[in-house]
Amino acid sequence: MTGSRPVLTMTGISKTFPGVRALHDVDFRLFAGEVHALMGENGAGKSTLIKALTGVYEIDEGTITLDGEQVAFSGPMQAAAHGVSTVYQEVNLCPNLSVAENVFIGREPRRLGVIRWGETRRRARELLARLDLDIDVTALLGTYSLAVQQMVAIARAIDVRARVLILDEPTSSLDADEAAQLFRVMRQLRDEGLGILFVTHFLDQVYGIADRITVLRNGTLVGEYRTEELPQFSLVEKMIGKELDVLERLDEQPRRVVSSRADATALVDTAELGRKGAVAPFTLRIHAGEVVGLAGLLGSGRTEVARLLFGADRADHGQIRVDGGKAPLRNPVQAIDRGIGFCSENRRAEGIVPDLSVRENMMLAMQAARGWLRPIPRRRQDELVDRYVQALSIRPANPDLPVRNLSGGNQQKVLLARWLITEPRLLILDEPTRGIDVGAKAEIQKLVVELSDGGMAVLFISAELEEVLRLSHRVAVMRDRTMVAQLTNDDTLDADRVMRTIASGTHRKEVQR
Amino acid sequence: MNTLTDRFRPLTGHRLFWPALVLVVMLAANTVYRPGFLSVEVKEGHLYGTPVDILRLSAPLILVALGMTLVIATGGIDLSVGSLCAISGAIACLHISEASDQNSLSTVFTALALAFGVALVLGAWNGLLVAVIGIQPIIATLILMVAGRGLAQLITEGQIITINSGPYRAIGLGHVLTLPLAIIIAVAAALLVAALTRRTALGLIVESVGGNAEASRLAGIRSGRIVFLVYVVSAACAAIAGFMMTANVSSADGNAAGLWIELDAILAVVIGGTSLAGGRFSLGGTILGALIIQTLTTTVYAMNIDPQTSLLFKAVVVIAVCLIQSPAFRARVSRRRGATTPRPTTRQPEKEQVSA
Repeated sequence: MTGSRPVLTMTGISKTFPGVRALHDVDFRLFAGEVHALMGENGAGKSTLIKALTGVYEIDEGTITLDGEQVAFSGPMQAAAHGVSTVYQEVNLCPNLSVAENVFIGREPRRLGVIRWGETRRRARELLARLDLDIDVTALLGTYSLAVQQMVAIARAIDVRARVLILDEPTSSLDADEAAQLFRVMRQLRDEGLGILFVTHFLDQVYGIADRITVLRNGTLVGEYRTEELPQFSLVEKMIGKELDVLERLDEQPRRVVSSRADATALVDTAELGRKGAVAPFTLRIHAGEVVGLAGLLGSGRTEVARLLFGADRADHGQIRVDGGKAPLRNPVQAIDRGIGFCSENRRAEGIVPDLSVRENMMLAMQAARGWLRPIPRRRQDELVDRYVQALSIRPANPDLPVRNLSGGNQQKVLLARWLITEPRLLILDEPTRGIDVGAKAEIQKLVVELSDGGMAVLFISAELEEVLRLSHRVAVMRDRTMVAQLTNDDTLDADRVMRTIASGTHRKEVQR
Repeated sequence: MNTLTDRFRPLTGHRLFWPALVLVVMLAANTVYRPGFLSVEVKEGHLYGTPVDILRLSAPLILVALGMTLVIATGGIDLSVGSLCAISGAIACLHISEASDQNSLSTVFTALALAFGVALVLGAWNGLLVAVIGIQPIIATLILMVAGRGLAQLITEGQIITINSGPYRAIGLGHVLTLPLAIIIAVAAALLVAALTRRTALGLIVESVGGNAEASRLAGIRSGRIVFLVYVVSAACAAIAGFMMTANVSSADGNAAGLWIELDAILAVVIGGTSLAGGRFSLGGTILGALIIQTLTTTVYAMNIDPQTSLLFKAVVVIAVCLIQSPAFRARVSRRRGATTPRPTTRQPEKEQVSA
């Protein structure tokens, strides 16, 4: 199956963006007739590697050979013309055009410059038949399901004498049946001799279809493995990595005491809360003064849980109680009214307002809660802003600077301050320490401990298990958009066990009494 | 050389520096062309002179542009202001023309209240389309921009309603304490809008919604209400501007009143440094922008530039102002000037030619 010579070889690929080393000396090879999964957490360099291959980015170092010939594509179009086609996560097609038009857009069969529609339709039907898809090619693409649209995107990709097909998270918006249909097509194309590079966050799918796995972490190559020789647990371990970071040398926090709250009413209590396509129904109780960690790989549904608890997305299943009373959280305003705050993982798009000053960004949530008619007096603003600039060591300590001039870590602290000022009872922190330096990380962790000691409940989401374990009383584990376990953080719980739970997806719930 | 530019940086870095400079340069050019340009005199207890005229004539534009500033700051746009000017003017004039005593103060006030009320309702209509139904602002307000002209024609029955009302005419031409009333109204409106946005948290929230709508939503801002409100404020400003325009000529022409003022207002906002993408806004900048546009118009007349080509002249100046304000353009110009500094040489990785 895996012939003597790889169809595609990437050797010593390095790529640096200002301030970030995205790829460092990465090797990758792809054989004809195999499905090769590229794995790694977000920021590991998967997309960068694909973009380096297809010429979206110019690589700093390294060589790419296709069929033994060295190549450097100027962009996806040229790459496709040489047989390297990419299908992206979001279907990059036009729903308002017909299926046939979508397949041939930009390269319609022509005669004397005039598009030959009959020929276009006939060839589109042929291509789709190759994918076992018998649909009306004259119908608008938008009338078909996402899965079919994904197939059409693939049909478009394989038309151009493709030798390498890159599928970048093609299944993220598909349900199980649709994904199965896609895999059937992938197997068929593989058997026809295509080399398929497959990126996904779903572990099950990797083991369902991939012949070989390459793992990246922090822009470097961890290794290339045959799927059957790499157990799931090892894969997760290799993806996350065992960072011996500086934090562990900081004062080791004593293991958080599990307080017995058998009789206390939960601050927030969800019953089978869920949203179709986002996260399967889950039941989670959070008490005052408790830190609940949410562990799981990226795309496992951690953020989706947070967004439902904050009313950022509407649940379409189950119910949520706050202080024992039913509380339909339909929008953030209702959640904030009940004392819930939410720091999004996506600082840039969902957190800061870049043009506004540090002060204004900090006051935003409190001001929104008061309404625009009741401005916060300047003296009170100064008091609050000064307090949090100091408490969180925000640098530079000038509240009148536009927040976009601050570093990522300091922007994160500004967001934290925005919510702390509102004195929430439950603070949801989605990846609060991602992409910030070790010092700021430690400060934020210390703050979480202090806040929970002061009675605030915290839902702490992080990809770093050590961090989750250090801070949480309880750890809820997410896998494939399902909450698969809730583990009490006692002496028996360690990163290994959490990793094993992520990898195996045991449906073992330690019920909180 | 460097120390000089550094010393002036706090000044040149101010967001209103460039529009203010343009205004000063234009006034200076006019004075050179016609030395009496800036002279102001008191006649019969009233101030007269070209600068006063510029201020008085720019009053309607300032009003419309103030409302437009808030709309644009939320990331929207209001194309219907011109039609709203025509509608409010038509309603007021119609009511006065039907009254037995056109000079009665109560008649004029009823007319103003009636027209103002209708304008608020129409503003609420715009707000409804944008904030509640979610139509793109440019389309939502285009509806009233087109339909509003028809509505104004309907009110005036296609005629030009002429009135003879002293109190109403005073809105456009009257004087209080030697100053034209129009100027006082514009200043009062500017102060009111400034107080509304900067003394409350409205300005911050508008800038937040325009700067990052999703982040604002997640911070608990009910952006729908705010967006709705700015369209109502914009309509209110347009209504007052409509009163001034019709009072100036003591007649309401549904077709001509406020024609194309939405474009001048958008220009004034942009010249004043508020981004069309939304976010930070500057009321002072908008007023400067409106003054620049009116000064331009006056200059065109004063310099006897052929009225048929005056729009072209205006366009050239506007492009110049926008270019001067653009940091990217300024950077490019100054880079070219200082081309002696060696550029960092970037090593271009050699690209292998791919054989087809």
